[in-house]
Amino acid sequence: MKFGIVTFPGSNCDYDAFHAVTDEIGEEAVYLWHKSHDLEDVDVVVLPGGFSYGDYLRAGAIARFSPIMTEVIAHAERGGPVLAVCNGFQIACEAGLLPGALLRNSTLRFQSQWVRLGVENADTMFTGKYEPRSILRIPIAHGEGRYTDGEDALDRLEGEGQVAFRYVNASGEVDPSANPNGSMRGIAGIVSRGGNVLGMMPHPERAVDPLLGSADGRGVFESLLARVAA
Amino acid sequence: MTRFRIGVHVVPRRGILDPQGQAVAEALHTLGFAGVGTVHVGRHIVVDVAAAPRDAAEESVRDMCRKLLANPVTEDFEIATVEAL
Repeated sequence: MKFGIVTFPGSNCDYDAFHAVTDEIGEEAVYLWHKSHDLEDVDVVVLPGGFSYGDYLRAGAIARFSPIMTEVIAHAERGGPVLAVCNGFQIACEAGLLPGALLRNSTLRFQSQWVRLGVENADTMFTGKYEPRSILRIPIAHGEGRYTDGEDALDRLEGEGQVAFRYVNASGEVDPSANPNGSMRGIAGIVSRGGNVLGMMPHPERAVDPLLGSADGRGVFESLLARVAA
Repeated sequence: MTRFRIGVHVVPRRGILDPQGQAVAEALHTLGFAGVGTVHVGRHIVVDVAAAPRDAAEESVRDMCRKLLANPVTEDFEIATVEAL
C-alpha cells in the first residue's frame, strides 16, 4: 500500500509519519509537496502534524487552501482514506472534511504528554484492529486541540458512531482530569460521515515501537492495511 | 473603483468556552477592576480593498470572513469601520 504524506511549510511530523509507514509498518510512502497537484496514485493521504503557515490566522486555516488540498478533498470525496493527525486534523476541519473546530487548549498551555485514549468505535477502517473499548497510550503535543462544535452537532456525531477516540481515565471513562485540552465530551478523534477521513489530535505515528514508549499507534496503520488491501 | 479600508471584528461566538477571555478577566480583577464581568478576546483585521460601490466592498469583506477570516463553527464577525481611501 502506498501512503502519501503531505508536506506543508511548517509541517514537522511528516518524517515521523514516513518512518512509521516505511520502517515500522513496511509499506511504501512518498512525500507530497503542498504546491503539487499530483497525489501520485497513493492509496492513503496523511495530513501530518506541525505548524503549517505558522498557525497564522487559525491553525490550519491557510494550509487548507494549498494547491494539493484540492486533490486531497477530491480523493476524500471518492472515498479515499485520509489520516489527519494534529495539525492535519485542524486542516481537515478547516477544509470541511471533518465537522467542528479545534480551539486553544482550555489550559492555555501547549500540552506535550502521554494520554490514555479510549477506542470508542473499533469498526472503522482506521480502528478495526483494536479491541472495542481498549485503552491506548499515545502522545499529544499541541496548543490548539480543544474539539468544539454545537451540542446538536455533537449529538449527531455520537449518534452516527463518528467518535473514534476519547480521552479517558484508567478505568476507560471520560473524566475532566483525563482531558488534556478541554475537548467537548472528551473527544480526541473523529471520522467523517463516510468513515474514510480520520482526524485525531494524538500522534499514532509517534507510538509505533516500544522504544518510543508505546506501540499502541500501530493499530491505526495496521487497520488501514487490513481494510484497504482487502 | 474606489479603495476602501475596512476593519472587521472577529470574536468567539457567545456560549463557546473562551479560556483566554477568562484569563484576561481574572487578571483585570487582580488589578482591581472589580466591575469587570466577562471578557472576550478576538481579532481585528484591516483589509484594503478596491471595489465600487461601498456596499460591494463591504459585501466582499463579509464573503472573505465567511470563507477564511472567521471560522463559521466558533466565531462571529462584524464590520467595525469603513473608510474610503
